[in-house]
Amino acid sequence: MKSKYDMLVIGGGPAGALAGKTAAEKGLSALIVEKRPAIGAPVRCAEGIGKEALCEFIDPDPRWISAEMTGATIVAPDGFVMKLGSEMAGSKVGYVLDRKIFDRELVWKAAEAGCDVTVKSRAAAPILEDGAVKGAKIEHAGKTTDVRADVVIAADGVESKFSRWCGIDTTVPVREIMSSVQYVMTDIDIDEQSTVFYLGNEVAPEGYLWVFPKGKRSANVGIGISGKKSGEGHRAKDYLDRFVKKTFPEGKTIEYIPGGVSVCRPLANTAADGLLITGDAARVVDPLTGGGIYNAMYTGRLAAEVAAVCIGKGDVSRKALMMYDRSWRESKLGKSIERNYLIKEYVIKLPDTKLNEIIHSVSNINMKEFSTINLIKEIIRVNPKLVLELGVLAASLR
Amino acid sequence: MLKVHRDICGYCGCCVSVCPEGALELIDAYLSVEKNCTNCGVCAKVCPLGALEVVDEE
Repeated sequence: MKSKYDMLVIGGGPAGALAGKTAAEKGLSALIVEKRPAIGAPVRCAEGIGKEALCEFIDPDPRWISAEMTGATIVAPDGFVMKLGSEMAGSKVGYVLDRKIFDRELVWKAAEAGCDVTVKSRAAAPILEDGAVKGAKIEHAGKTTDVRADVVIAADGVESKFSRWCGIDTTVPVREIMSSVQYVMTDIDIDEQSTVFYLGNEVAPEGYLWVFPKGKRSANVGIGISGKKSGEGHRAKDYLDRFVKKTFPEGKTIEYIPGGVSVCRPLANTAADGLLITGDAARVVDPLTGGGIYNAMYTGRLAAEVAAVCIGKGDVSRKALMMYDRSWRESKLGKSIERNYLIKEYVIKLPDTKLNEIIHSVSNINMKEFSTINLIKEIIRVNPKLVLELGVLAASLR
Repeated sequence: MLKVHRDICGYCGCCVSVCPEGALELIDAYLSVEKNCTNCGVCAKVCPLGALEVVDEE
């Protein structure tokens, strides 16, 4: 670890790893700082990702793929099952990853490109000069070291503190935090090639419960409920325990994973003087699915690309770095976050009777391109009444 | 004051994200509570495990 880098990255998850890797490839000196003693552990994720999304960043490798998916299943509140698959029956549509190995692979690729990495090292405070971020105070093994950088990338996850210390409010509204718990379970009867989503106010209020296969007779069984609906006696863990007792009474839990997933709009501002905010820390999680791996890698890479240009021009002011903020908002990703936010706001207000009605309208969908948006378009196509309810939003979904 | 039941806490950081005061911080496997905590209880509400509790000052 040196005392000065072109770029300092706070956090060694997918956002931080892609930022570090991209920076190094652009010829910048960069350091990734991870507060935990190991990259990738403990896991805080259901580990699902679409095939196209993953392949945009890295070629699938059996070392960190737990299971390949050929479809998805949605279970209505009344138990009715909707099956989603590819037009090409049996072809792969997505993966369930092994994040412990996947995250290591991403950081290894950053290191291989020339990026420095330090673990069990915590950014304890920013170095601020005239309101601009100039680096961070890094604590490691009882010692605090000043590490200066032209640009700092905050990639510190849902529990992000760094940007808040720099004066940016990152508070997630209570109703928009998904209070979550997941068990990695073995010895259970599952469809090993399909993710399953259970909907309904009894099962998972304003959220969903998932079973994501992890291989033979094994799966991530988890739930996210709105923070608004959480409280003593009716927490995410209570809902999950009830489901598991009923559905997988003989299953064994080999990992116990709590977590929080933001489903709010992204931060109003993801750039400041000398600072860019990425991934979960920027609240760029997909508000409808809660998926964040792709969005983290996308914003991490983009942040480093913009930082490299700005550092090259000798201007790392907020004004110059705002290129990053504008770019992701105008991208397909930014537009899909906004659209999915509006869909989420509509869906969470639906009573179970209405959810049943919608899911009953289609029992099988085989999509040319397997995606959430194509599922929604198909649902609207067979339920023309929804166009009226969705109003302006429906126009963008045609 | 805010009591952290450390035997229940799974150090996931869900609480940190909703704290309006920025009074919580997750340092690896340890949740720290700063003096600016106002005992509002938002964190205790959203905790997926029930590890946080606002209790009367002793």
